[in-house]
Amino acid sequence: MAVRMEEVLSRRTGDPSSTDHPGHRLELSTEDGVTKIFGFWMFLVSDVLLFASLFATYVVIYTHTANGPSASELFGHDVSGFLAETLALLTSSFTCGLATWEMHQGRAGRLKFWMIITLLLGLTFLGLEITEFRDFVSQGATLQTSAFLSGFYTLVGTHGAHVTLGILWMSLILYQLVRFGLNAVTARKFYIVGLYWHFLDIVWVLIFTVVYLTGVM
Amino acid sequence: MGDSLTNTAGHFFVTGDPLIIASDVAIVLVSLGIVFTLTYFKKWKWLWREWLTTVDHKKIAIMYLISAILMLFRGGVDALLMRTQLALPNLGLLSAEHYDQIFTTHGTIMILFMAMPFIFAMFNAVVPLQIGARDVAFPYLNAISFWLFFFGALLFNISFVIGGSPDGGWTSYPPLTELQFDPGVGENYYLLGLSISGIGTIATGINFLATIIKMRAPGMTLMKMPLFTWAVLGTCIIILFVFPVLSVALALLLIDRLFGAHFFTMMYGGNPMQFVNLFWIWGHPEVYIAVLPAFGIYSEVVATFSQKKIFGYKSMVASIMAISIIGNLTWVHHFFTMGAGPAVNTFFSISTMAVAIPTGVKVFNWLMTMYRGRITLSLPMLWALAFIPAFAVAGATGVWLAEAPTDYQYHNTYFMVAHFHQALIGGVVFGMLAGMYYWWPKMFGFKLKEKFGKWAFWFFNIGFYVCFTPQYILGLMGMQRRMYTYTADMHWTALNFVSTIGAYLMGIGFLCIAAQIIHSLVHMEKDLTGDPWGGRTLEWSLPSPAPHYNFAVIPQISDRDEWWERKRRGEQDALKPRPEDIRDIHMPKNSGVPFLMGVCFFIAGFGFTFGWIAVGAAGLVGVLLCLAHRSLDQHPDHDIPADEIRRTEAALGRL
Repeated sequence: MAVRMEEVLSRRTGDPSSTDHPGHRLELSTEDGVTKIFGFWMFLVSDVLLFASLFATYVVIYTHTANGPSASELFGHDVSGFLAETLALLTSSFTCGLATWEMHQGRAGRLKFWMIITLLLGLTFLGLEITEFRDFVSQGATLQTSAFLSGFYTLVGTHGAHVTLGILWMSLILYQLVRFGLNAVTARKFYIVGLYWHFLDIVWVLIFTVVYLTGVM
Repeated sequence: MGDSLTNTAGHFFVTGDPLIIASDVAIVLVSLGIVFTLTYFKKWKWLWREWLTTVDHKKIAIMYLISAILMLFRGGVDALLMRTQLALPNLGLLSAEHYDQIFTTHGTIMILFMAMPFIFAMFNAVVPLQIGARDVAFPYLNAISFWLFFFGALLFNISFVIGGSPDGGWTSYPPLTELQFDPGVGENYYLLGLSISGIGTIATGINFLATIIKMRAPGMTLMKMPLFTWAVLGTCIIILFVFPVLSVALALLLIDRLFGAHFFTMMYGGNPMQFVNLFWIWGHPEVYIAVLPAFGIYSEVVATFSQKKIFGYKSMVASIMAISIIGNLTWVHHFFTMGAGPAVNTFFSISTMAVAIPTGVKVFNWLMTMYRGRITLSLPMLWALAFIPAFAVAGATGVWLAEAPTDYQYHNTYFMVAHFHQALIGGVVFGMLAGMYYWWPKMFGFKLKEKFGKWAFWFFNIGFYVCFTPQYILGLMGMQRRMYTYTADMHWTALNFVSTIGAYLMGIGFLCIAAQIIHSLVHMEKDLTGDPWGGRTLEWSLPSPAPHYNFAVIPQISDRDEWWERKRRGEQDALKPRPEDIRDIHMPKNSGVPFLMGVCFFIAGFGFTFGWIAVGAAGLVGVLLCLAHRSLDQHPDHDIPADEIRRTEAALGRL
């Protein structure tokens, strides 16, 4: 799943002589596709900074538990919940990769199949996360309890909101693939939502490490 | 029932203050006037079709420029109210509370709703023309950016008639701005207005980065780009890195206020200094976001009006990039007094002083460009010249402030107030005015007349020094910022009075600019050359204003000052299109959805401001529907037929 950043960077679009370049890949076959994929990479930079700020804030305040539960009390007694979330999301990233691979082989049917699997895994992740949050709240650990919990719900919740948006977005792309078939435009759209999906997976790896593993220790 | 309604309305609309009632009346009258004029001249359709739905970067630039000038007026009125209150000891023009609101709105508006749209006006007006592109990379997104800025600014500005203005300072430090100490909706307006326009700003950063990297005409390598475009590139990189941090800071404070979280509260483990850190991680680079485009403008103006190529192009580029990196590493100098310790303070002292090096390189390069040049003292050049001493003083006092031990003396005094006004007015406002005068003919097709412009220049410049020089001394005498009055026995009266006179001189300068624009509109002389200044870069090879598609045929670039070199070789006509080269041009369609998306964001912002979660959520659903509509739009573009382009070019006398 090498991301073709160098390809995106090396091709210029203002150049009329490059109009007829045969793209190596469907999503890069038009100037429009190349520019939009580049633009989306730039968006991801800003999203990295957004999460970086949330992580920084969390790290500053995660020991500030006031009289509420600490991270180890909250996450330590049952690791199965966040482990299951992690497995669901990491697997969904893999299936999203398979979908991209099938797209590059031109197999629209299998692309749609793997997209559906990815969406189902994403929904599983969301369901697990909501259950986890409800469980914590029922133990009296709410957003208002302490700075630590404000940081926890906001950081993990922002990621969850991104996943929710990703599910809505990927469903919309799936609809367009069914309606209009696989072409340069729908390929570009799927490729971009795929980038977003993998990015959320990377953020989750950091959440898993910084929030849950550090918390359990 | 009736009583409770009146009470609710009394809380909802700000009543009681005669100044605000006067503003209410003025707002109602102006709105009625606008509605009447548009209806009388049957201009509603024109407004919708030509402006509200446009995705053309040239028109978006004009809308940004008008907004910036209006906001300069509003922020300027705030400034004059404050200076009037401080002219003499113990004046009662403004109450303490009202004064707090006014310094908050003054700072916020000037930086976020005046300087930012002004620089975006310049980005939009110039960059695509300068690099030989037909529009920005994402024209639809560009329209969204504008409308998010517009409705964010509108949300912020209605606060003073509906619900009450924010009063926590433009820096909005918690815990003062937490619900406990600052109840009411004012602070929510600040947080939401800035958040909404901030999203638009990030989108603009992405858009121009993609435009500059991907859309340059063939032959224009990075090291052949005009310096203004380089400055925009540096600015966009900073925007991309720091505006998300502001978004997070604002969002966390909002979560504290709306949902009772404890990020920055005094209790339950909150840490107010984390907000201050996040705010200045954005806030200091924001200074460079505002000043780098101005530096770019000075580079264009100085080269054009000295009729010389810029001195030290490569070092200029290196300086822009150095500033955009070092500028991210200086934020702690805004709160040395936090007590982070000598090691931290020393690091940030040194990094702050280090920024002076690339800036100094640039100043010397501008001076060396002028040296033995054939200088024309036109308005853009005058403002560029005035910038150099102003910025030298701002830089020198900045180095004083950068030294952590001495900063303990100046911290939050009028010395610091004078310093940053000198930097932001002398650096950014002078630059934007230079840019406005310089590219006005390109944007509108006629030059601004010099008559009132010279008056504006001298009033504004003299007023500028008369206003801020006494403030340095007042700061050294111990006058703190944000004081709403003082007593006579402080011996601050004379200097404050002089400062107020200066502020009014600047106000007269602003009125002269307004008079100049009206005068030039009435006695308009169209510029038919497209190149009224003897320009050097590609935008001057086009007619003014440029046709919708900018370039009928994308030019091939071989030199840094392409247009100047062509003129020197007598090859101007080579940049004109040949009929056989003209093909159909693919352009984006106009769309009302960006405007609607702005409306939805406004509804969401208004709802959350008042804690009406359902209204806020409905607004956000509207935003999602707008996004889905765009995604499902199968034909967002159209083709302009080659014949139509040939006719347009022929009518412009270019075929």
